[in-house]
Amino acid sequence: MKLTVNGTEHDLDVDPEMPLLWVLRDILGLTGTKYGCGIGQCGACTVHLGGRAVQSCQVAAGDVDAPVTTIEGLGTPAAPHPVQAAWIETQVAQCGYCQSGQIMAAAALLAEVPAPSQNQIDDALAGNLCRCGTYPRIRAAVRLAADKLREG
Amino acid sequence: MAGLGKIARRGFLVGAATVAGGFAIGIYSLRQPYVSPLADDLPPGMAALTPHVLIDRGGITLITPRADMGQGATSIQAALIAEELDVALDAVRTDPGPPAPAYYNARIVAEGLPFAATDEGWMAEAAREAGGWASKLMALQITGGSSTVPDAYDRLRHAGAAARAILVTAAARRLGVAEDTLTTGDGAVIAPDGTRLSYVELAPAAGRLLEPREVRLKDPAEWRLLGRPMRRIDIVAKSTGLQRYGIDQALPGMLFAAVRTNPRRGGGVVAMDASAAEAMKGVVRVVPLPGGAGVLADSTWRAFEAVRAIRFDWGPAPYPATTGALFESIAAALDEDARDSRLKDEGDIEAALADGADVEADYRVPFLAHAPLEPMTALAWFRNGQLEVRAGTQIPGFAAKTARRLSGLSRDGVLLRALPMGGSFGRRLEDDFIDQAVRLAWAAEGRPVKLTWSREEDMTHDFPRPAAIARGRGRVAEGRVAALDLSIAAPSVSESQMGRLGFNALGADTAIVAGAWDQPFAIPAYRVTGYRAAETVPVSSWRSVGASANGFFHESLLDELIHEAGADPLAERLRLCSHAPSARVLEAVGEMSGWGGALGPGRGRGLAFTLSFGVPCAEVVEVTATDRGIRIDRVFVAAEVGRVLDPVNFENQVQGGVVWGLSHAIWSELTYADGRPEQENFDTYPAMRLPACPEIVVRGLETTDTIRGIGEPPVPPAAPALANAIFAATGQRVRELPLAKSVRFA
Repeated sequence: MKLTVNGTEHDLDVDPEMPLLWVLRDILGLTGTKYGCGIGQCGACTVHLGGRAVQSCQVAAGDVDAPVTTIEGLGTPAAPHPVQAAWIETQVAQCGYCQSGQIMAAAALLAEVPAPSQNQIDDALAGNLCRCGTYPRIRAAVRLAADKLREG
Repeated sequence: MAGLGKIARRGFLVGAATVAGGFAIGIYSLRQPYVSPLADDLPPGMAALTPHVLIDRGGITLITPRADMGQGATSIQAALIAEELDVALDAVRTDPGPPAPAYYNARIVAEGLPFAATDEGWMAEAAREAGGWASKLMALQITGGSSTVPDAYDRLRHAGAAARAILVTAAARRLGVAEDTLTTGDGAVIAPDGTRLSYVELAPAAGRLLEPREVRLKDPAEWRLLGRPMRRIDIVAKSTGLQRYGIDQALPGMLFAAVRTNPRRGGGVVAMDASAAEAMKGVVRVVPLPGGAGVLADSTWRAFEAVRAIRFDWGPAPYPATTGALFESIAAALDEDARDSRLKDEGDIEAALADGADVEADYRVPFLAHAPLEPMTALAWFRNGQLEVRAGTQIPGFAAKTARRLSGLSRDGVLLRALPMGGSFGRRLEDDFIDQAVRLAWAAEGRPVKLTWSREEDMTHDFPRPAAIARGRGRVAEGRVAALDLSIAAPSVSESQMGRLGFNALGADTAIVAGAWDQPFAIPAYRVTGYRAAETVPVSSWRSVGASANGFFHESLLDELIHEAGADPLAERLRLCSHAPSARVLEAVGEMSGWGGALGPGRGRGLAFTLSFGVPCAEVVEVTATDRGIRIDRVFVAAEVGRVLDPVNFENQVQGGVVWGLSHAIWSELTYADGRPEQENFDTYPAMRLPACPEIVVRGLETTDTIRGIGEPPVPPAAPALANAIFAATGQRVRELPLAKSVRFA
């Protein structure tokens, strides 16, 4: 099957039932997308599918019908996406394991709602569990990212 | 750093300077420094200047043996060394180093001793020192007990200062000038004429100058890094998806493994049929394991699918099979025969309660899973008579020992690389998953095997925080708390956990009463008794250990007594408080929260205080009873840690501890039916999400001389502060966790 990930088209021989999460991690080696629950409860596997935030453990590889962007494709240490830059500046991460998913969810929100209210932020990231409890910093980072994006 | 793992462990004595500065211990056998594991066979140009500083042509590597599970241990250890070495944090690499006795944790045993942190008497000091010696002898390279900073604060600064001193000597000899004319900065020795000799170019000469010497540490006023906001060294990797955890390890030819074992721990396997799994696409092998089996496959997903297809006939649990029966076993321990400790017994409690009690209440807390978001995972690889293990672990020394025991290999035959963890909260103080990975790798000799537990395996095979039951009684008189008697029954974490590590936990288990018996209050009649319940479900340390339950018991009972007395929760605690730093913390949280100010209808404030891991920590929770249920509006936290080394990470840790405490207090429990946990994933083990998270305002106090760690102390007061706030807002007193069983939350 053909799969476009972070702008690169891959021709893959994988079981169409395999969740996108495991195609990314085990087949393509894109390990920034994390496994946390496998049942769409924790959000650690959040990626963009055609620009929309989805939980990649809940999408079968065979059902992927749009380009995929993972945390590695969002930005890099040398050229971070404004959301990543805000995450760095706010020093959100503790263990960091959920943060790829948090960042992907936040980036999708801000692409759609440039100036979200606190309720919109809370709702958009409610599916992303953080066991370390970095929520206060997540909120602050999303607001900072919104400012950065508006300033261009 | 590829060379580090290959370095043998022959007797290359370095670190003598560190020893002179850091470990002047008054017993001869303990005065001998540990041999540095960074040993010989160093390639040309590489010098190991202390067990914590390694310099080669590629640059400077700081060895930070305490494991990072998210609490920032790697960064703060690096900062302690870098401060004295005079290097920039972004100009060094870090490496956890190999498991080695030189990296023992002197503080971990101290926290388990039967002396309150407020007790600075001779007996307590002597016992703390003995604890340090004991852990050195046992080579406990453990991360836990909020001990990283207290343990590292002097040791790692000395390690940095000693390495710097050696480099200065090397530079002085090369330049033919006196040492005291030289300064250092940004990884170089600087001569009076401005000549800069980089540490890297000085390293070969410095490596030949390892005589012991005294070193002077900087005065904190001279610090460039410590005490100021620092950028954690892992923050960019963790914001760009590049941080590689255990679960992300990948090697050529690697097999992906999953396991399933009996969720009734210790129940064993009666029969197993793996034929369906063996026939599945991508499956390489099914490997029987103690209590179950593992599957080796060509992807994690296929391994998960195949291991689910194995049909097991499990044996029954070797402990009571239901939550009800487990609690009965704990309740039965509230009996003189099971008395484990009575470390607090002041005044005459029997006389005070002879005519009955004004408050009598029973409390209980459930079993809890650790459930770090990265499930248990480990990579193992047998090849050419060598075993390599890579895993996130809080106990690398014990894990390596497990690998040696299973493989029969010698110390030099096993290489263990400790990796950053996607959370742990105490779970990775166990090495059961490393044991499994080694067995699977043995079966797949030649190929690396990465074992990943499914969330379901993780949730049903935790070593949980034990459930506990407390019985409280007390008297009030003339508007004051006059008597408090608290009896706590719980299974012993120390007995269960130390038993698995191969130790006998002798004597009373202070974890049963920690956070209750050692509180700094002078109540006229005051008694705390611990009762040891039988070991049923194997249990383990969970963020803040015994205090996680006992803070709730003690602070709920004290709050009930204060209410009965008609006193103010803050004023009465302050009146009773016998420890000045604790009183300052209470005063601070009172000021921060505007304690006493009007809140309006349907709103309430709750206060709780717990001294744990040497840290007095007070929290005020503000709630509103809305028509959709209780909403937590704000939390105020004050904690005394002696010195805040990194204000940003300090705040993050405290906020995280509060979220952890509140989240479990409201929603979480592991219940048992048919001998197994009923919760398998986050759909039935709910936790706090962003919408429920309150604003959390943090203040760190620095008014004492003793530096402390902050990973755990914010947890214990969170649950009682919330329960007390709910009482203040609604009049409903909840004595059982999780609160959501009795109270609706918005």
